[in-house]
Amino acid sequence: MSQALLKTPLHALHLELGARMVPFAGYDMPVQYPLGVLKEHLHTREQAGLFDVSHMGQILLQGSDAARGLETLVPVDILDLPVGLQRYAMFTNEQGGILDDLMVANLGNDTLLLVVNAACKDQDLAHLQAHIGARCSVQPLFEQRALLALQGPAAAQVLQRLAPEVAGMTFMQLHAVRLLGEDCWVSRSGYTGEDGYEISVPASAAEALARRLLAEPEVQPIGLGARDSLRLEAGLCLYGHDMNPETTPVEASLLWAVSKPRRADGARAGGFPGAEALFRQQREGVARKRVGLLPQERTPVREGADIVDAHDNPVGKVCSGGFGPTLGAPVAMGYIDSEHAAVDTSLFAVVRGKKVALKVSKMPFVTPRYYRG
Amino acid sequence: MSELRFTEDHEWLRVEADGTVTVGITAYAQNALGDVVYVQLPELQHYEKGAEASTVESVKAASGVYMPLAGEVVAVNDALNDSPERVNEAPMGDGWFFRFKPADMSEVTALLDQQAYDRLLNANDDA
Repeated sequence: MSQALLKTPLHALHLELGARMVPFAGYDMPVQYPLGVLKEHLHTREQAGLFDVSHMGQILLQGSDAARGLETLVPVDILDLPVGLQRYAMFTNEQGGILDDLMVANLGNDTLLLVVNAACKDQDLAHLQAHIGARCSVQPLFEQRALLALQGPAAAQVLQRLAPEVAGMTFMQLHAVRLLGEDCWVSRSGYTGEDGYEISVPASAAEALARRLLAEPEVQPIGLGARDSLRLEAGLCLYGHDMNPETTPVEASLLWAVSKPRRADGARAGGFPGAEALFRQQREGVARKRVGLLPQERTPVREGADIVDAHDNPVGKVCSGGFGPTLGAPVAMGYIDSEHAAVDTSLFAVVRGKKVALKVSKMPFVTPRYYRG
Repeated sequence: MSELRFTEDHEWLRVEADGTVTVGITAYAQNALGDVVYVQLPELQHYEKGAEASTVESVKAASGVYMPLAGEVVAVNDALNDSPERVNEAPMGDGWFFRFKPADMSEVTALLDQQAYDRLLNANDDA
């Protein structure tokens, strides 16, 4: 079994650090280190955590028509994305459903860097090649580059020791930076709600960089377990759980990510798959949407749990849920019929046959600490 | 009366002086579960052998704690409501789950003893 799993360039380091490994998106990945999920989570919010996210797919688009081409696949403004900045986007299908979510950065010189989900990367690559492969070059960097995330309030002071210029970067900026003599792309972003960086590094240099960062006193290695609880508290979606081809950006409460110029009344309205479906939902509303949910008891409410109203009528389903170590309480998100989706609505999750009281809540559940300068 | 017995589901049992049996999960089980964040304790009632009397929720998942033998639950460890982390810190001590009166006391000694449980763990490690 394990022979079939792929390994990131940090695999040997994970084993050396005593990680508990699990299969994730076809990779053998660390779910936790000896510190444990709870302490890893809290450490990231208090100091800094290092995450191996090399399983994610990095893809370069190159050519004078790359941005215009990519706009035919995402409801996001790519043409006016400034050099040195990245933006959140999603590939949509003809129904407006989400095929994957991704980050798009403008590296300059008609070059875009895409970071897509591990489980979707082969499908995304095929999608790009099929639809815009004739308009620009589509180059997967799957084997060539690793991706590290350094997250937490101490991330900036740590990374400055290797490259002073990263201190001045603000949220969602992406710069070419030399780290330990290697050409890296560093963005000030992440998946935890904390300040921090994501670092694209040549695969051959990834382990040396990881060891250098782990040698800093503020930094602990953090596994996928804490990555999930951190992103959940930050209200961030996990593809395949909180959105999928059957959910649109409107239903997923991701309308903020649909750029103004690409909306129905925008300068470059539509022109992406499912635009009509999306505009209709914007006009007429949606039957269900993703909301935050705070269980009112200590019982964690997990993915798949049914949600009912006071009269036991089904009104939705939990899409992500667990324990939020920073909140010291369980936390969840779910898809709820729109008439029950207002903040503070009282609902119930059915857990092992018992009703657990829930309140519809604003997200994020913890205040983000992104560095905006 | 402090001799421990075990189940293949990684629960431990200890016969107390008053004839009740204390049940918890083993050190191996708490380590495999990871950080425990919630324990749903049983009701004070009769459960059949193998019934899911309690549920332990770790940061990762929910796992059932099964009745090792038929019997009546007579006490639960209420301290776990506020401090579920005791299951990780002292699984064989303060982290106990409940006490019950077995329907047939003789069945307790038929469960795995320490040696047999250790063999089970070793076999799991080798698998």
